[in-house]
Amino acid sequence: MDPIALSVDDLTVAYHRKPVIWDVEFEIPQGKLVGVVGPNGAGKSTLLKAIMDLIPKASGRVEVFGKPYHQSLHRVGYVPQRESVDWDFPVDALDVVTMGLYRRVGWCLPIRKKHRDAAREALARVGIADLAHRQISQLSGGQQQRTFLARALVQDADLYLMDEPLAAVDAATEAAIVELLKQMQADGKTAVVIHHDLQSVPEYFDHVVLLNMRVVASGRTEDVFTNENLQKTYGGRLTLLDEATEAMRRRERGI
Amino acid sequence: MSEHLWRVLSLQDHNTRVVIFGTAILGFAAGLVGCLTLLRRRALVGDALAHAALPGIAGAFLIATAMGGEGKSLPILLAGATVSGLFGIVSILLIRKMTRIKEDAALGIILSVYFGLGVALLGIVTQMNRGNAAGLESFIYGKTATMTAGDARLIAVASAICVLICIALLKEFKLLCFDEAFAGARGYPVVLLDAVLMSVVVVVTIVGLQAVGLVLVIALLVIPAASARFWTDRLVVMMVIASVLGMTGSFVGAAVSAMLPRLPSGAMIVLAAGFGFLVSFLIGTRRGVLVRLWRRRKLNESIDHQHLLRELYEMFELDPSRVSVPYEELLERRSWSRKRLRRMLEQASREGWITENVSKMEFALTDRGETEAKRLTRRHRLWELYLIRYADIAPQRVDRDADAIEHVLEPEIVAELETLLDNELGKTRMPDDPHADGVAS
Repeated sequence: MDPIALSVDDLTVAYHRKPVIWDVEFEIPQGKLVGVVGPNGAGKSTLLKAIMDLIPKASGRVEVFGKPYHQSLHRVGYVPQRESVDWDFPVDALDVVTMGLYRRVGWCLPIRKKHRDAAREALARVGIADLAHRQISQLSGGQQQRTFLARALVQDADLYLMDEPLAAVDAATEAAIVELLKQMQADGKTAVVIHHDLQSVPEYFDHVVLLNMRVVASGRTEDVFTNENLQKTYGGRLTLLDEATEAMRRRERGI
Repeated sequence: MSEHLWRVLSLQDHNTRVVIFGTAILGFAAGLVGCLTLLRRRALVGDALAHAALPGIAGAFLIATAMGGEGKSLPILLAGATVSGLFGIVSILLIRKMTRIKEDAALGIILSVYFGLGVALLGIVTQMNRGNAAGLESFIYGKTATMTAGDARLIAVASAICVLICIALLKEFKLLCFDEAFAGARGYPVVLLDAVLMSVVVVVTIVGLQAVGLVLVIALLVIPAASARFWTDRLVVMMVIASVLGMTGSFVGAAVSAMLPRLPSGAMIVLAAGFGFLVSFLIGTRRGVLVRLWRRRKLNESIDHQHLLRELYEMFELDPSRVSVPYEELLERRSWSRKRLRRMLEQASREGWITENVSKMEFALTDRGETEAKRLTRRHRLWELYLIRYADIAPQRVDRDADAIEHVLEPEIVAELETLLDNELGKTRMPDDPHADGVAS
């Protein structure tokens, strides 16, 4: 059995006394590529934020490499949702990536050449080294996502938490990011990735957490990524979608 | 008068000199701090704070005089201002947290109520201490004339400390303003950092009250920072420009007010800063309006140029045997007006892309023009193919004016598109127009 990278126990988070996630419980072994899937509003982003103590927990315990988050945070890289920041901010891509190194640079100290070099290298890894000095609003959506990814990579963490890194990116960026994820896994890293496209889940991830306020199922993709579990996760919505597809097919046949 | 003017301008008068320099340092600090609050979208906090400070000023004066002290001592007044200003901020936070009233409405309520309370208290103060309280109202509109050298030194030192804090914590503040969640995930004490940033805003606002006045002090935080954004896409440069603009505005404003004591320094400072904004807004090299107009014009011209060369190329491509094309035929190809086409042709001819015959009604591509037209047509068709092939994700990436498709799309995609073209059409031939029927008919 692999050692555990992330364990979440009995986690409940509430906004304005309305619970967003309930008694969430799962474990992620080290070295896995984990897809977190669930319908909109299922609490996926909330889960990641609660793991990192960014929002208060109503109850529950989170352990990262066997320790509370604040003791392991140097081993965790976070890729927030792309829409969560103002891309008009007056910085360039290299500046953004360097932010991943601020802790290492140290409080109040200026960024030195070795940090800039490390950031450039991270940009090269995501394939946009030539855009280092472009203002971030001039980057395309995929390039912005790559910049965010580079900012997490430059930390050289062991566990990566990513909030929809594959949302609204072009095919080439998606392929590049997936390639990078596989490479990270080969290096022994663990990645927990919120993902919206059910079709590609078995192809990209070897471990899945199905979430809809609570954990419907969690485990190896081939074991838990079943139609039955998906029905439980997406409830009526998936059935509705199926019906709509079926109706469309019928109509097409009719013509 | 002229002697007075000379004394001010040459800064011979010690008090004037100290006051003007103190105000200039304040302007520098406000420009710097303003960049951070602007980017953190907290620009109006300073405004609420300043307005909420008035009851504190009047109250501090009342209490100090009642206790037999010197009511008009600046540190006492500013202490009072800080206390009531912070009360104002806390009231806003409480309203927002405990009710469903949104932040802007809460801001409006608190700002006006505290200001009203301050004006009422000030009325009572002047009623009670005729003459003695004169000068307190200068906090409303700002008056450097009433400042002593000691006041100015206090302002300068406080501002300088704020500048040092911002420089020391520059990268932490930058991260906080850009991506708070990431800062939190990296273990930065976000709440504490935010509190430090807000304290800096509080200090600059409070020490700015006397020079700029509480009605206008917000301008010193917002205007230089907003002006600086027109000139640059880099935070550090923006901060430098904003600081210099804030300093210049304050210097000019304070100097004018010292020269003509009837003009409130706050108004003068804000007008000077406003002038800086107007100039930046118009000719700022990054986002100035004129620059953008000029860029748009260039873009339109370049689009016209591309359209013309492409149309010519396609006409010759359709019938390789022809030597030139007539004006009327060209006119029908697109929706351009006669005047516009004429201008485009003249320019293209001037730049050596095309040749025209004597009657000026027949046109042909020069060698150079043909090479360029071929390149443009190929690029256009690659884009068309891309749009068709990646219809779902294409629109956000399409920048047809980018000089080379390679600069916008990933090399893998370009390679794929080129193979696609080459496979379909053979290497030597120019790719066919993917929507040939559409345009020609």
